[in-house]
Amino acid sequence: MDHGTPWLLTSLTYLGAAVLAVPLARLLGLGSIIGYLAAGIAIGPWGLKLVTDAATILHFAEFGVVLMLFLVGLELEPKRLWALRRPIFGWGSVQMLGSAALIAGVGMVAGAEGRLALVAGLGLALSSTAIGLGVLHERNLMATNSGQSVLSVALLQDIAAIPILALLPLLAVAGAGTHGGGAGWWGAAKAVAVVAAIVLGGRLLLRPGLRWIARSDTPEIFTAASLLLVVATAALMESVGLSMALGAFLAGVLLAESEYRRELETDLEPFKGLLLGLFFIAVGMSIDFAVVFAHPALVAAVVLGFLLLKALVLAGMAWLMPLPLVERPVFVVLLAQGGEFGFVVFQAAALGGVIAAEAASLLVAAVALSMLLTPLLLVLIDRRLTPALAARGAADAPQEIDAAQDSPIIIAGFGRYGQIVGRLLNANGLSATVLDHSADQVETVRRFGWPVFYGDATRLDLLRMAGAAQARVLVVAIDDVDQSVEVARLAREHFPSAQIVARARNVTHYYRLRELGVTLIERETLDSALMSARSVLELMGWQRHSARNQALRFRRHSIELMEQMAPHFGDEKKLIALAKQGRAQLEAQWAEERAQRLERDPRANWHAADSADDAPSSR
Amino acid sequence: MPDIVVLVAHPQQEHSRINHRLMLAAARAAPQRIEVRDLYALYPDYLIDVAAEHAVLADARLLVWQHPIHWYGMPPLMKLWLDEVFAFGWAYGPGGNKLRGKDLWLVASTGGPEASYRPDGYNRYFFDAFVPPYEQSAALAGMRFLPPLLLHGAHHVDERELAAHEQIYARRLAAYPDWPEIAQLEACAPCDVPADARPAAES
Repeated sequence: MDHGTPWLLTSLTYLGAAVLAVPLARLLGLGSIIGYLAAGIAIGPWGLKLVTDAATILHFAEFGVVLMLFLVGLELEPKRLWALRRPIFGWGSVQMLGSAALIAGVGMVAGAEGRLALVAGLGLALSSTAIGLGVLHERNLMATNSGQSVLSVALLQDIAAIPILALLPLLAVAGAGTHGGGAGWWGAAKAVAVVAAIVLGGRLLLRPGLRWIARSDTPEIFTAASLLLVVATAALMESVGLSMALGAFLAGVLLAESEYRRELETDLEPFKGLLLGLFFIAVGMSIDFAVVFAHPALVAAVVLGFLLLKALVLAGMAWLMPLPLVERPVFVVLLAQGGEFGFVVFQAAALGGVIAAEAASLLVAAVALSMLLTPLLLVLIDRRLTPALAARGAADAPQEIDAAQDSPIIIAGFGRYGQIVGRLLNANGLSATVLDHSADQVETVRRFGWPVFYGDATRLDLLRMAGAAQARVLVVAIDDVDQSVEVARLAREHFPSAQIVARARNVTHYYRLRELGVTLIERETLDSALMSARSVLELMGWQRHSARNQALRFRRHSIELMEQMAPHFGDEKKLIALAKQGRAQLEAQWAEERAQRLERDPRANWHAADSADDAPSSR
Repeated sequence: MPDIVVLVAHPQQEHSRINHRLMLAAARAAPQRIEVRDLYALYPDYLIDVAAEHAVLADARLLVWQHPIHWYGMPPLMKLWLDEVFAFGWAYGPGGNKLRGKDLWLVASTGGPEASYRPDGYNRYFFDAFVPPYEQSAALAGMRFLPPLLLHGAHHVDERELAAHEQIYARRLAAYPDWPEIAQLEACAPCDVPADARPAAES
């Protein structure tokens, strides 16, 4: 067989397993994560034995976690991250140290060796960012108090993983004698330098770089650049022994305020989803059932024991914070489980000779099982606990951490037209999410201080990212007629709850929008032309107020006529006939009014003829 | 076909305590026979569609003007409505008989308490002193002017009073024309405007 086949076969296995298992799991109401884990177990060494190198896949799929943290970072502007510093370092440390100490203590009491108890404590105290944030995302809980608390703790764990990994050799060394400290200092210096480089580079270089790439107008290159950005950051962090995920998170935060945020999110989302899926499959595969079957009682005791101890700490935290009653169970369960970083810690510890290999694989199995249990526990909570708690705690409704993340208004197209719309809204204290596809335009507008994102609004996924599903109003101010119609069509089809307010370039454009059921349409030249006509009437001697009235009446007539003609769009002859008829009606009507006025008030005639100061009297 | 037209005029309805509530009450009172027209919502640009207003009034028996009293009179859009809709040759003057025999009912609120509408209060006149322009407008159009429904001290009315007032309003609308006092009202004496009065009357 040639080289392509094994690769194809592997893809076939993974994709097939995922495509079968995930919809099945969702159908059963179990969530996608269980589906992936089950698929992993099914195709792994303990199931159908289709794939055997779980560790390699796991390592590759970790990139899904990296991408996820990058995306989480994108959602978190530095300002908001700074606001979270207390939950991160305060509550995060309480969780980390509290759980580690409790687990280690209980372990030692149960008769484990001190070093093993300590490593187990530290490793088991970590939680799965992938499952935690994945579940939050799946359930749209990111903005709730518990969601932000889970994120804070997960972030601290990612930071803490670094000193833990650094600590492991020291633990090994504690038995073997002292080791030079110089390498440690050098490593620390390098790490600081890399973080500084990422922060500075992110601040100064990323945005111009992305603008340059965006201007090339090649969407797939922008996608490639987004991936490159994350891969490069991750590689840089790994080269100095820091957490890849943490680096990606940092890069994400630095880009959170940039206009490319939505575009980056849209481009990376599918990669993240698939890689995370692969990651969960790999976790499923890596559950070593040999160990589980050899010591079933011990594994069960470890899993239940550490889940219980962590839950205890977390329940205490939830009570002290305090979190709303309804959100507590999810918070506790999401953080009580073991995490993927636990795998790394135990493997590193085993390699460094800190703990025995058998103990390591037992702990890894315990973590993996806890990750399998978590989604099941969540299902249980949803069905049993939440309804009861919701009934009890109906009074203290869940609070949003800050204003809704998704603006109720989206402005697509921020050129001359959209800007005026945006400015009036802004002056009235409203904010909008702005989409524009011109990189130059976005840059100009950003200097004004408007929140504006780069992207093609005719892309359904981008509209969705911009919050079109929650938006109350979608302003379509795009100057390209076809694109404008396409956006309106997409919005009518997929986001029926958003009211569309549209700009029409001309009459044909107006009718095309009208055909889609859009009612709030403005012809872009009508009002400015009418203002000019008013000026002419005034110069010709009309009172300013009469000129205004006539212009407004003309406007009303013109819009009514457009509406009458709308059903006949496409029938050129009929349209022309109707337009002529409408014009004739208006002219006849106004001529009659003029005549009546003259008859009633003859002075009006010579007033107008006599001096320009005094116009024909108003009706 | 609605036979009661309720015109509501409040330039800042978002700040309205009384008139917004009354408007909703009117709409609920007898949906079949009442058409509520919120003037500031219908004509935000002050461009009144006179033909449409005439059409609505054609079938009405009772016209209600519901508004807060501002500077001892009606809000500006209401006055513009009056100027343009009660047109010469339609509402009054030669051929101006389109409103003849219909009823006009003023439903108004004042910010000042009743005590301020006294010679010793800061409004110096009894409220009756500000009613004649309304009364005479009705008379010129050949309409019968029904006894106004007033609510004084709008800023300080409590919920109980407001609810009671709302209920009176709704009941009256639903019961029209079976009001005890209507039987006692005389038909309005016609005020005919001579045909040649017009050019001098308007500038």
